[in-house]
Amino acid sequence: MAKLFAEHLYETVSIILFGIGFTTLLLNRNLIKKIIGLNIMDTAIYLFLASMGYIEGRVAPIVVNNVTDTSAYINPVPSGLVLTGIVVSVSVTALMLALTVRLYRRYGTLDIDRIFVLAKGDEE
Amino acid sequence: MAFIQNVPFFSIILSMISGIFSSALKRKAARSVTIVLSAVVLAMNIMLTVFMLQTGESYTYMMGHYPAPFGNEIRAGLLESVMASVFALILLMSLLGGLNKIDEQIQEQKQNLYFIMADLMLASLLALVYTNDLFTAYVFIEINTIAAAALIMSRQNGHCLAAATRYMIMNLLASGLLLMGITMLYGITGHLLMSNIRESVANLFATGEYHTSLTVVVVLITVALCIKSALFPFQEWLPDAYGYSTPSSAAMLSSLISKSYIFLLIKIFYRVIGMEVVVSTGMTNILFLFGIIGMILGSVSAIRERDIRRMVAFSSVAQIGYIYMGLGLGTREGVIAAIFHMIIHAAAKSMLFLSASGLIDVSGDIKQFRPLRGSGYRHKAAGAAFTVGALSMVGVPLFGGFLSKVYFASSALDFGGIRAVIVLAALAVSTLLNTMYFLHTVISIYRPATQEVPAYNAPSKLSSAALWVMAAVNVALGTLSVPLYQAIARGLDMFS
Repeated sequence: MAKLFAEHLYETVSIILFGIGFTTLLLNRNLIKKIIGLNIMDTAIYLFLASMGYIEGRVAPIVVNNVTDTSAYINPVPSGLVLTGIVVSVSVTALMLALTVRLYRRYGTLDIDRIFVLAKGDEE
Repeated sequence: MAFIQNVPFFSIILSMISGIFSSALKRKAARSVTIVLSAVVLAMNIMLTVFMLQTGESYTYMMGHYPAPFGNEIRAGLLESVMASVFALILLMSLLGGLNKIDEQIQEQKQNLYFIMADLMLASLLALVYTNDLFTAYVFIEINTIAAAALIMSRQNGHCLAAATRYMIMNLLASGLLLMGITMLYGITGHLLMSNIRESVANLFATGEYHTSLTVVVVLITVALCIKSALFPFQEWLPDAYGYSTPSSAAMLSSLISKSYIFLLIKIFYRVIGMEVVVSTGMTNILFLFGIIGMILGSVSAIRERDIRRMVAFSSVAQIGYIYMGLGLGTREGVIAAIFHMIIHAAAKSMLFLSASGLIDVSGDIKQFRPLRGSGYRHKAAGAAFTVGALSMVGVPLFGGFLSKVYFASSALDFGGIRAVIVLAALAVSTLLNTMYFLHTVISIYRPATQEVPAYNAPSKLSSAALWVMAAVNVALGTLSVPLYQAIARGLDMFS
């Protein structure tokens, strides 16, 4: 256990955060907290990705002072994936928030179980 | 390189451009754009299918002139072009068959948004079918999810909003698992292009290195795509999403979106991880088990349902179970049968949703069985289409569903052992259950009406015509299925 934290700190932490976010999104009844859980889960994956691309002692892959040797820079692909992933998670967060606003205006509650009960009784 | 080989790229980019430009168009123009677009995509992909049948070789297509491993790739083979043609055809028919309901149920100023979402959904379906890059697949899955949620909530009532929320939550959980799986796979192999990952995984599998990690990756990706395509324990979101949204949306969700995820899973099994690795992790056994349970329990829920559209939705759970059962056999024949059933079910289920809503329309908008009596005479096209779809799903000879059952049974017999017995027993029980609810409905729509029928509008000519065409397509799939089966078999061989 201690070895996990000592040798793979970022990976271990990101998996723990992923678990926290996942269970919050799955089990929490409050819609806003669900969305927070979603963001924690996504961010945990980005941490996992970013730590995978990082190489100790190297710099971000932006060419300065005409150093073109690849061994001077970290792996840029995971960073690119993180950027793409952030765009995706911003869009789904926006959609979820829009849905939450709609549901709150209609039913006056953020509790998802309560919303489903109320929606069942709705006229079509 | 023949000009026709550009079709995959053209059809994806055309759908995206149409989606973007439709935002500036009025609803009628946006509607025409979507219909023309799906017809054009259909025609192009049929041409590509003919071309692939002639050459018999798959090809990869480099995007943006960067060679691998930096660039992004599209790959086209026979199976891909067949699936793309089926998707475009069903999108076209679902839109035409449901246009009158879209007009009625969606606010006028928001209708162009509905068609934008349909365009984007088509783009993401095509991209999922054709892409050769795992991360691109992830991005398009998210676009697909957003478009699907928008299609559900486009009908602005409480049911649809709640159903869309439930759909989004389940799908976001699945997306998280999928992204984690892809990230781990990238971590072990160092590649994102499917063919490169396949090579590295084959090496790792041969040396036995990272066996646990590979198993975790397989489980994460499979579970994610099972949630998204509503395999049995994850079907909670399905009945509301399909049952309350506008009929076109229900048809698209059940026939296109869930099928695209299953297709992607098959693609990942064959082209990314390798079927022998998946079988060695035991994941196929789990898919087989839950497929069988889904077949039975989906039908049981459908029997208990009193609302015809939710009944059809529950029947989807059962049919998805069939597909996963075939996939869970893990043999070539089993997977071919699963893909064949995917196409048959897509064609039949979209038609069932549209015709069910047509039947409800001429029965005073009540979703019980008794008022539906005689509706088959009041709306002839919907009655005929519902009958054809029901017969196909039950598995009456001459209809598509019968053949897929035959293929499932024969692939199970080839597999042998206890599994063959389980498949045959499950097929028998499930056919019996299907007969109970589908034929009961068919009989009741053709019985004379026992109560006064409330006034109703005459069924729209366009949707009736679309339903007749769909019924004809389904009968054709059932009677002329041998070329389709052979094309799938050849396509699957081109796959790996």
